[in-house]
Amino acid sequence: MIQITKAKSKLWSRLGARATYGQAVLEIARQRKDFYVMSADLCQSSGLTRLREELPDRFINAGIAEQNLVGVAAGLAKDGTNVFISSFSPFITMRACEQVRMNMGYMQLNIKTVGLGSGLIMAQLGNSHYGIEDASIMRAIPGMTVIEPADGVEIVKTVEALCDYDKPAYLRLTGGPGLPVVYEGDIDFQIGKAITLRDGKDVAIIAAGTMVYYAKLVAEALSAKGIDASVTDMHTIKPLDTACIDEQLDKKLIVTIEEASVIGGLGSAVAEYMAGIPNKPPQLTLGIKDCFPHAGSYQYLLEQCGLTETAITNAVETMLLRNNL
Amino acid sequence: MEVMAVLYGAVMNTTNKSISYDARDKFILSKGHGVLGLYPALAEFGIIDESMLDTFLCDGSDLIAHPVMKPEIGLESSSGSLGQGISMAVGLALAAKKKGYSYQTYVVCGNGECNEGSVWEASMSAVSYELDNFTLFVDNNHMQSDGKSMDILSVSDKYTGMFRALGFQTIEIDGHNIPEIYDAFCEPHVSGFPKVIVGNTVKGKGVSFMENNNDWHHNRLTKNQYEDALAELRGGL
Repeated sequence: MIQITKAKSKLWSRLGARATYGQAVLEIARQRKDFYVMSADLCQSSGLTRLREELPDRFINAGIAEQNLVGVAAGLAKDGTNVFISSFSPFITMRACEQVRMNMGYMQLNIKTVGLGSGLIMAQLGNSHYGIEDASIMRAIPGMTVIEPADGVEIVKTVEALCDYDKPAYLRLTGGPGLPVVYEGDIDFQIGKAITLRDGKDVAIIAAGTMVYYAKLVAEALSAKGIDASVTDMHTIKPLDTACIDEQLDKKLIVTIEEASVIGGLGSAVAEYMAGIPNKPPQLTLGIKDCFPHAGSYQYLLEQCGLTETAITNAVETMLLRNNL
Repeated sequence: MEVMAVLYGAVMNTTNKSISYDARDKFILSKGHGVLGLYPALAEFGIIDESMLDTFLCDGSDLIAHPVMKPEIGLESSSGSLGQGISMAVGLALAAKKKGYSYQTYVVCGNGECNEGSVWEASMSAVSYELDNFTLFVDNNHMQSDGKSMDILSVSDKYTGMFRALGFQTIEIDGHNIPEIYDAFCEPHVSGFPKVIVGNTVKGKGVSFMENNNDWHHNRLTKNQYEDALAELRGGL
């Protein structure tokens, strides 16, 4: 168990998602020997430099060859051993998509795939490096678990949980250094069980990844305007915590927010579930619309996609007004 | 066909069903469409019951047109998508190295499959990881789905040289000649090097109307054709 403290939460926030993943894996690897860690020439970008130096037998570099990365991991995982593999999200979920489908889907081998720099954080590097469709693609693969932690603490808790999870999973890392802090201390984290951060009677905001922090800000802004919003951290977007959604059905509006395409991710998962429910509230699905945004700074990208506190708050208010909710 | 007969009949230890995971040799059929050579080998050497062959392509059967992973009936991986099995075999061989497992890893791929870039990614890593417990057999029948391999990619006669250039211990043989196949598998690994055996074969070997005829890449026999083919094969024994 990695000890969670306020100071560590701050440290992980400063380091960002990728380095926090590397730190978590290193700390666990020092304590237990039942897993391997691989990357595709992105040891440093995965925060794994120390692990490679300290525990060289546990780290395997596949070179810039993501398809082979997944395949070799499958061979290593064949005896049930857990293998963590990482690369930038489009390269590992799209370049190697069919290897992921065969080995992690069809054969259900015990591989934990980590998509680095997902969402828009790769900013000036352009759309080649953004994770827009990765959540949708991974969610569509039968038998795949998809997790998108909200902050550093939740990344660490996810990595810990994945070490004892004997099924394939995709860990989607959003946000960079200066990651917003959602959790300052330890949390009761269970794969597939959403965390309610705030209760509210008017609107239910369900978010994943970096957008959980924004959801909290939006709920506060709405509160100042007399709108009472709940906030849920839906860290596991597959399998979806449908019991948690059932509890939100008495609201006037359901809002989903994700730093991902609105086609196929969290918003779609919630909509797919709610489609079969009569007399349900309408859903406002916020995320990256069906586009490649114009590359620029992270903030510039969030503004383009309407994923800032102000834009989200306005979108919620507009939806409520337009529908007389 | 012959390569699987030799592997299961004389090279691998998998006919002993009680053997543990860490000692059981691993066989990956990367060219999954070659499964009609694999299932009879599993039956012939007692890994599956011969009656199971009659379930081939029946709904609910474990025996479909590509292998589906089920170690208890000798199927170590699911394949059907070309260019993937070699990577898994590299991982299996690497796991054996790291954990001190005694098994050997064997993988069969096709010459057409060598068009896939992932074959070369996997091959580069097999050499880099110094996998001298890994053997790749290339079933080099000079043909693929759209016809003669040389007409499709003009470098298709260079695979042996490409493996050698990467640093493989490279052996080229007649892929139908049982003693040659056996000798090639038995030739000890050069320490620190993976081995590749390029077996030159004839597509549809032994049935005159099928040999080098791509109409039989995927086709069904009439009853008369079946009897003619069987007579020719029996005559060749």
